[in-house]
Amino acid sequence: MSFINYASREINCKIVYYGPGLCGKTTNLQYIYAKTNPETKGKMISLATETDRTLFFDFLPLALGSIRGFKTRFHLYTVPGQVFYDASRKLILKGVDGVVFVADSQIDRFEANIESLENLRSNLEEQGYDLDKLPYVIQYNKRDLPNVATVEELREVLNPNGVPEFNAVAPTGAGVFDTLKAVAKLVLTELKKGNNH
Amino acid sequence: MSAPMVIHEDDFQQFADVCEQLNQDACSRAVFLIDKNGQLILATGEYQYLDTTALASLTAGNIAATDGLAKLIGEREFSALCHKGEHDSLYIAIVASQLILVVMFGDETSEGLVRIRVAKASEHLARIVEDVIAKSQSPSANSPFAEISDDDIDTLFG
Repeated sequence: MSFINYASREINCKIVYYGPGLCGKTTNLQYIYAKTNPETKGKMISLATETDRTLFFDFLPLALGSIRGFKTRFHLYTVPGQVFYDASRKLILKGVDGVVFVADSQIDRFEANIESLENLRSNLEEQGYDLDKLPYVIQYNKRDLPNVATVEELREVLNPNGVPEFNAVAPTGAGVFDTLKAVAKLVLTELKKGNNH
Repeated sequence: MSAPMVIHEDDFQQFADVCEQLNQDACSRAVFLIDKNGQLILATGEYQYLDTTALASLTAGNIAATDGLAKLIGEREFSALCHKGEHDSLYIAIVASQLILVVMFGDETSEGLVRIRVAKASEHLARIVEDVIAKSQSPSANSPFAEISDDDIDTLFG
């Protein structure tokens, strides 16, 4: 649920990066954090285990600029990808305005992607959301690795509805901002429509 | 996407008045009002040295996790929680199931006084919240974004 504050002339939206464990959700946020102008970003918060696996969430506040006098802020969250943190994932989806599904392109992670996408859909349904009606994009990450499935194979299984999709190599930043811009644009377009699902 | 919560200047001023009064009455250091999704609505008192955006997000995460725990044991919600530090402590309360009130206080007051003052302030805040939600959901409530153009959105991304 976006939040519009007339007093401070701000609009805040929440975007969640979802996907299987080790697919690169946190790496996406780290790259955005590293490459963003210090004036437009807040502190990145990572609630991680000692081995740098996300425990609860990563959080990055980002100011994109103003539209018609309203400062536009996006709060980016990642969920913990590991299967047993499902309770945490459900909490983070509360109040979501847009979703990025980060798929791991490696062939041996094919099943994990499918399982995570099904988990996303059912956790959203529990919160009263329909993934097909939310601003939603897919990122095929790790395209630089040798043992990857083709984009056509990934698309057939993960993106039958043809939502915007991007190839990415998160540590180098390839595709990272394209993904963010696409989902941010969909969220703003949805606000413009004033749709209440 | 559900209807955005829209806070107008008069609502904001009412929230601010209640929070400022609470900060004085409870002899606390700062008071924060946060929405349940982790977005800061307002802060009052000595907060300028704090990262309020991070505070808001972490508080919402904390409340969400606590809500999850409450449901696990069959409770609807835990309405308040307190984190005690050596010098500064946080008292966190849910207002009207929608907002989170955070009071940061030190040795110059007590948790008991904070709790009593928060209970009183929460009643006032709950009435304002009801009003805000009713206005946000009214069919006549226009999003300020209703008139933006695709060009406006494109310009944002350079």
